[in-house]
Amino acid sequence: MTVDGSAVAGPVDGFAERVTARVNDGARFCGLFGSAESDGTRLVAVVAVDGSLEIEAVVVPDHTPRFPSLTPTLAAAAWYEREIHDLFGLEADGHGRLDPLVLPLAPGSTRPRPGSGKPLDPVEVDLSPLPVHLRGEGVFTIPYGPVRSGVFESIEYLVETPGEDIPHLRTRVFYKHRGVEIRFEGMSVADGVLLAERSEGVASVAHAIAFCEAIERLAGVEIPSAAGLVRVIHAELERVANHLDSVIRHTEAAGQAVAYARLSLHKERVQRLRGRLCGSRFGRGVVVPGGVAGPLGPDAGQLFAALDEIEPAIRADLRLLMTTPSFLDRLRGTGVVPADLACRYAAVGPVGRGSGQMEDVRFARPYAAYGRLGHQLLEPKGDGDALGRQRVRNDEITGAFHLIRQANDRLSEEAHDGHAWGVPVGPVSGEALGWAEAPQGEVLYLVRVEDGRLVRVKPRSASFHNLALFHAAFPEDILTDFAFIEASFGLSIAGVSS
Amino acid sequence: MPWIPRGLRDGIVTTRYPRRPDGYGEGFRGRVVVHPGGDGDLRAGSIAEACPTDAISIDAGQFCLDRGRCIMCGRCVELYPEVFEFEPDFETSAIGRDRLVVPDREEDDASVARTRSELARRVKALRRSVHIRHLDAGSDGAEEWEVAALTNPVYDVQRLGIYFTASPKHADLLLVTGVGAAGMLRSLQHTFEVMPEPKVVIAAGADAISGGLIGHGYAARGGIAESVPVDVYVPGSPPTPFGLLHGILLAVGLLPEARRPSTPPASNARRSVRPGTAVPGPSTPEDPPTEAGP
Repeated sequence: MTVDGSAVAGPVDGFAERVTARVNDGARFCGLFGSAESDGTRLVAVVAVDGSLEIEAVVVPDHTPRFPSLTPTLAAAAWYEREIHDLFGLEADGHGRLDPLVLPLAPGSTRPRPGSGKPLDPVEVDLSPLPVHLRGEGVFTIPYGPVRSGVFESIEYLVETPGEDIPHLRTRVFYKHRGVEIRFEGMSVADGVLLAERSEGVASVAHAIAFCEAIERLAGVEIPSAAGLVRVIHAELERVANHLDSVIRHTEAAGQAVAYARLSLHKERVQRLRGRLCGSRFGRGVVVPGGVAGPLGPDAGQLFAALDEIEPAIRADLRLLMTTPSFLDRLRGTGVVPADLACRYAAVGPVGRGSGQMEDVRFARPYAAYGRLGHQLLEPKGDGDALGRQRVRNDEITGAFHLIRQANDRLSEEAHDGHAWGVPVGPVSGEALGWAEAPQGEVLYLVRVEDGRLVRVKPRSASFHNLALFHAAFPEDILTDFAFIEASFGLSIAGVSS
Repeated sequence: MPWIPRGLRDGIVTTRYPRRPDGYGEGFRGRVVVHPGGDGDLRAGSIAEACPTDAISIDAGQFCLDRGRCIMCGRCVELYPEVFEFEPDFETSAIGRDRLVVPDREEDDASVARTRSELARRVKALRRSVHIRHLDAGSDGAEEWEVAALTNPVYDVQRLGIYFTASPKHADLLLVTGVGAAGMLRSLQHTFEVMPEPKVVIAAGADAISGGLIGHGYAARGGIAESVPVDVYVPGSPPTPFGLLHGILLAVGLLPEARRPSTPPASNARRSVRPGTAVPGPSTPEDPPTEAGP
């Protein structure tokens, strides 16, 4: 949807009630984003209603930088309001815990205020340790991170524990904050897509699609049919690779050495196939505003041959894994996200679908070529535990291969009259939303552009949205379950604090 | 129990690199090479400007490319294919930041040789047992996948005596990814400080070398070089597992003689090699791509 900024801004009072009323009427809360404007900070709440996105917006004036918090009525808004507090300095009255999240500034540093277009000096980050929350005999705090044991992205989990249980977990995500949002400002649209690919590198294709969808919506162009099919092929291979990454981490934590080796081999093969299709093992450079950069590297027959080799091997090993008791025992009943919790936090992606939040953006609001391809909607399954999420991922891997084959079929069928791979996108102006279903879940881009220059870009990764409920996924779990629960969420920290 | 035969199903999939060249790489972007040309071309300025990371400069009428900044988006290749070309060669790591700028400038060979021999002396004690501590200083997340891939059966770095370790106190080599995010600088310096001597630092990826597309910002420090002394630079966005492996072996002096970066006499011979074949020589025929993958 395009966003008509002037028409929709309502009064600050009643904003929380208006958004809450929408959610109570059945809308799903997708996010709350800020943007610095000449007379204040504009807040945009995005909700999903029956196959479309709708917004509520207000402008919070600079002279009274506060607004009534949404969090008491919408738990899912909690992290968004903390982020807005970090970046813009707005107080959310009634939030309860407006601690720094993405950028704890040291005294003397200026808030970045994305959208203002002002040059910024380097900031200093406040790294002081958090105060202990839990009191009791023998309770101590274990900090996991930011430099963690193994090859992980930097994040800190503070576990307060009497020994085994995890009664209290706090997450500090700011360590690798890079300032991506500000970096977008002033870029051309063509450079912007390169940065979108790097805002969450393991979901490069989904981010590039969501960004370009917003631009194409503003330009009023429809991408060529073949370009939509190529986008689907790359996005689905990205999904397979990410879902394999999650199960690889499970097998590593479970000490399943052979399964670990087998599945890592499969993932390497998928990455190599992606490299052969476009030159990048992460599908970078494929999606450009108006379409795709060009055809797939190998021809349709070669792609089918590659799939024929990879797909049965993955399925055979996953099937065996799902009958291996020593593996299942670690996942069953681990990291339960109850359905009502998933609903309150409006969880997306496999985390949501493992707990009854079934919406899949590919089919709820079709983009690229998804509307033209057949698919099977997943049945709700599992009890919201890590095993349930693994089952969702197994099904999604099967579904992804099915979509790739269909798209490849269509590409070769339609090949006879030659393909156009892109349409020109002029110097567009305006504001629009773009979206895509990344392997982690729904990715949103709120993009404002003037004469082809980006003025404000807000990427919202599924990782950010889902990590907000991570702390609540430890009802009966102990320290040794931690690695499984983390892997079953399958999130990328680069997308949480970009 | 059923996993044991499953583990044997595909036979040996492990690369023989670095002992033998590896044919994998055809068709993926390993590096951008710069051919002579563009002298006096009116488009030259606009092509240099089109680079999103300012990796292209013009020196005495000739294009220069800084691979430490290049994110391999391919825009220059598209705009000026006569000068810029993709090659699949992944052996692009270098000792010394200046060595990433191609074509080679007139250089003080003596200082390059000094840097190399200093590093060689430092790593002498590490031979055949190298422990790596990885650290994310603000990556986009893709780099971690490629680092983690080094332990998969295709690259299997343990076969070379290379291990990942959790404790920096056991580490010989610090492998750093990311733009140098403000929040990670203290952890980065602290990790480096507690590592025992001798120690080596690798900046892995354009982000760690120069900040890549993010560069310098309010929260990014344009790479990690301001915080820790970098010995080896691995270009790429992200660098491929083979690129990382080359960088690690280069850093600790485990590359076979033939695969080391050229010293001046060998450099001409090397430059004329067909892309992708890495190293000539009758004794090292090119292996087929590792693993029977697609």
